[in-house]
Amino acid sequence: MQILLAATVVVPLLGAVAALLPAPPGLKGHHPDQAVLRHGVTVTGLVLALTIALAIGFDRAHPARMQGTTDISWIPALGIRIHLGIDGVSLPLLVLTALLTFLCALYSYFKMPEGPSPKAFVALILVLEAGTLASFAVLDLVLFFLAFETVLIPMYFLIARWGGEDRERAAWRFILYTLLGSVVMLLGLLLIGVKGGTFDMVALATDNGSGLSHSTQLIAVLAIGTGLAVKAPMWPLHSWLPDAHTAAPTVGSVLLAGVLLKMGTYGFVRILLPIAPDGVHTFAPYLAAFAVVGIIYGSLACLALARSGGKGDLKRLIAYSSVGHMGFVLLGIATLTPTGINGALFANIAHGLITGLLFFLVGAIKDRHGTSDLDTLSGATGAALYGRAPRLGGLLAFAAVASLGLPGLAGFWGEMLAMLGSFRPADGLSRPAYLTFMALAGFGTLLTAAYMLVVIRRVCMGGNGSQDTGLAVHPGASGTAVADVRTYELAAWTPLVALTVLAGLWPAALLGLTDPAVQQLLGGN
Amino acid sequence: MGSLVQSVDWLAIAPPTVTAAVALVVLVADLFVPEHRKPLLGGIAIGGLVLAGLSLLPLLDGDRSTFCLTSGTRACSYTADHFTLVVQFLVLGGALLTALLSVSDITDSRLPSGEYWFLLLSSAAGAALLPAARDLATLVVALEVASLPAFALVGLRRGDRRSSEAALKFFLSSVTATAVMLLGVSFVYASTDTLHLTQVADALTQVDPRLDVLAQAGVALTLVGFAFKTAAVPFHFWVPDTYVGAPLPIAAYLSVVGKAVGFTGLILVTVVAFPAYADVWGPVLAVLAALTMTVGNAAALRQRPDRAHSAVRLLAWSSVGQAGYLLVPIAAAAYADDPGHAIGSTVAYALMYAAVNLGAFAVAGLVARTSPANRIADYRGLYARRPLAALALGFFLLCLAGLPPGVIGLFAKVTVFSAAVDAGLGWLAVVMAVNVVIALYYYLQWTAALFRPAEETAEAAAGEKHARVPLPLATAMTLAAVLGIALSGAPQLVLRFASGALL
Repeated sequence: MQILLAATVVVPLLGAVAALLPAPPGLKGHHPDQAVLRHGVTVTGLVLALTIALAIGFDRAHPARMQGTTDISWIPALGIRIHLGIDGVSLPLLVLTALLTFLCALYSYFKMPEGPSPKAFVALILVLEAGTLASFAVLDLVLFFLAFETVLIPMYFLIARWGGEDRERAAWRFILYTLLGSVVMLLGLLLIGVKGGTFDMVALATDNGSGLSHSTQLIAVLAIGTGLAVKAPMWPLHSWLPDAHTAAPTVGSVLLAGVLLKMGTYGFVRILLPIAPDGVHTFAPYLAAFAVVGIIYGSLACLALARSGGKGDLKRLIAYSSVGHMGFVLLGIATLTPTGINGALFANIAHGLITGLLFFLVGAIKDRHGTSDLDTLSGATGAALYGRAPRLGGLLAFAAVASLGLPGLAGFWGEMLAMLGSFRPADGLSRPAYLTFMALAGFGTLLTAAYMLVVIRRVCMGGNGSQDTGLAVHPGASGTAVADVRTYELAAWTPLVALTVLAGLWPAALLGLTDPAVQQLLGGN
Repeated sequence: MGSLVQSVDWLAIAPPTVTAAVALVVLVADLFVPEHRKPLLGGIAIGGLVLAGLSLLPLLDGDRSTFCLTSGTRACSYTADHFTLVVQFLVLGGALLTALLSVSDITDSRLPSGEYWFLLLSSAAGAALLPAARDLATLVVALEVASLPAFALVGLRRGDRRSSEAALKFFLSSVTATAVMLLGVSFVYASTDTLHLTQVADALTQVDPRLDVLAQAGVALTLVGFAFKTAAVPFHFWVPDTYVGAPLPIAAYLSVVGKAVGFTGLILVTVVAFPAYADVWGPVLAVLAALTMTVGNAAALRQRPDRAHSAVRLLAWSSVGQAGYLLVPIAAAAYADDPGHAIGSTVAYALMYAAVNLGAFAVAGLVARTSPANRIADYRGLYARRPLAALALGFFLLCLAGLPPGVIGLFAKVTVFSAAVDAGLGWLAVVMAVNVVIALYYYLQWTAALFRPAEETAEAAAGEKHARVPLPLATAMTLAAVLGIALSGAPQLVLRFASGALL
């Protein structure tokens, strides 16, 4: 277990270095580019296998206990230790990260985004994976910060080098926003470290904030919360997200939405809740309020983009929908109840699966039509994907319906539990306020359903199968048949579809893991 | 009364002495070496610096003192404790890297090599003496030995108007600062009746109330001299012009060794000699630190990439900003119960800064060989032309910015932050955080430019590709990069100075 977990973090890093070296003879393949892309698939596949082995070896009877721990002193001068470990909260995120990165590597093997050499591309993806996995696996505040920062540089280059239109500005905005947040976060982490006497998350969590004065907790929560909220992203700190998603290459968007955003919400659950409970208690209603505004705002923005003539970009639309979905996650956390937080963690995973799938699909549509502009795409009546590429259309409809929270699919449980949590928030939190939040969040789900259905209506339906549907006016969306789902695409997407259904039908598999861990983080036992 | 003759521990004083002796050897050898054999002098100088560095090894116990009074308090003027050794290592290592940078520059810009090496080694000898000095007179002498050759080095580019102007500016402002500092030292001497730092510290706790104002003024004026060397605001205005006017290796030298000199002096006078007046210099240094980093970073932010010499200008201003971070732990030492602990952060940060800043200057020197204007715009697409140099520069810049993979830069900043938070200087930590973000902006912009596709024509790129990298320059770059990477993997190597008491 111990070695497995350490290897999970180290293997992608080594893989990144290896990707930059020339391929050894015998593994060269037809073309050096192909060799390095295959290298990426191999390494991410290996990491996925490692995480699955971790999941199998995980002692499900005690998901609240840290497992597979490594604890080595690294910088005694600062009391920083290489402390790794997983529990029921981090294990699903670890597997999700490994899965999505593997699928991205697989997808790029067949469909490399346009840009400079694939060598750097693969290396960056692997560094990104290492950073993300590390931030879910480390149990030291400073290491968490280090891992949190590690992902920035690769993501910046992925957007700025392999992205679409206006990529440099978007990448720049992404990195500046996140850095601003994370410097503030570093101050908060140091404050906790200095006042609490250790950077060890487990030791600090066991104290449950008893060693920190109320004012220290307030400042720490404000500082760390700001950094995490930028990443999550919480309204009004979200404005980097739509640009970054629109400009990023498909796999960049998938990873950004699928795993990078989760680092923010994970930090809330892992660091703030157990270490500074008093501070969180004070700020929870504000967090909930911002979260609900985010839900409504994200949905309204999507509606505006989805309507006819709104010049909406599909990628941008899904990015805004992420703001809404992450709003549910934050609302769940802000209830400070086991129900709400379990819901938040569930919604985290569900969002990773569904939005990852959506970005894949939209990327595929963009590749086929040369645009992701909704108006150009749908023309006068609709893009008629059902007719022209039935499987692609069907998958898009499936993902959209999953995203709007249809019961029986993954999107439902997280949001339902988050709202249930705010129906009965933790003691000391104003119940009327939370009831209002719940009502508004419920309204948000309606709006989500509205824009998702509009998108299905405009992209999947329309036309009548004949040529003269108005599509001919738009060269990018000619009325002729569109290539349907290819084999490699199917291979990359099927796991996501299957897991979405599985998580929807059998939520207990996930909740059984998270619940005991959440109970412990909240200091329940 | 015992004998007045002091015994001299030659081993203890070896590092500065070896450097000075080799400086004289080079000067004399210059008379006899024919013109075409001049590169030999560089070899002697580099060998001398290595030798001086090796002479630190027998001193590692850190318990030697010499030039002690033979009676009374037995205070010593020269102490080779751990603090001294670390700073001497920094100074000699910095001088060594500078020397490696200089080798090709001397032949390219036809600098007079005998004078150049003599001046560089003399300055290094002064800088190596300074951390060991434990009385005010030795301190001032060491400071001047370190500075005077630097003026000449800055103005060494004959016939270059900018170079002479830079030297004059540097000289005049430095001399003014020295004069002010001497005045301060004499005030301190007048009110305490001693020059030894430890005795000054004792005497300052019981100053005659009538002399209290004099002592305070003395403390404040002494600080001015060192504040100038560290290029703290408002004594920073000489920096950009001097760096641009000086030969590039000398700019690198000033930014690292020159600063180290200032900081060491500042640490010695504040923490060792003037702890009694911590309530005077503590707030002053805290404000200076805040001003320095803000002014430096704001000015660096405003550098336009297409202006001539913008790369060196940016490095110059950013070094002013970095000086601000270095001041933070010294200011914190005024408030901390254990000042030795706080200043360890400064030393750790300075070591990190020395390695990566010299590395950045080395790459700048490489680029200057093909694009003499040295604009930041010239770095566009460096990755396509010289992948290794571009990766190295990117790494150095990220270290300076404090972002992974420059792990050591990040942790050095963390120690400085925690020194400030520890001392209760929360506002300073916040000011520093804002500054770190400003600095991230321009460092990242430069880093991003390295990997952008170049806009120039293919022939120019091809021409540069074929230009060979001189071996000494490559060695300097590799040394700095290896140091940076090793420290990023094992930050404990320098950060342990931040946890143990050095003084």
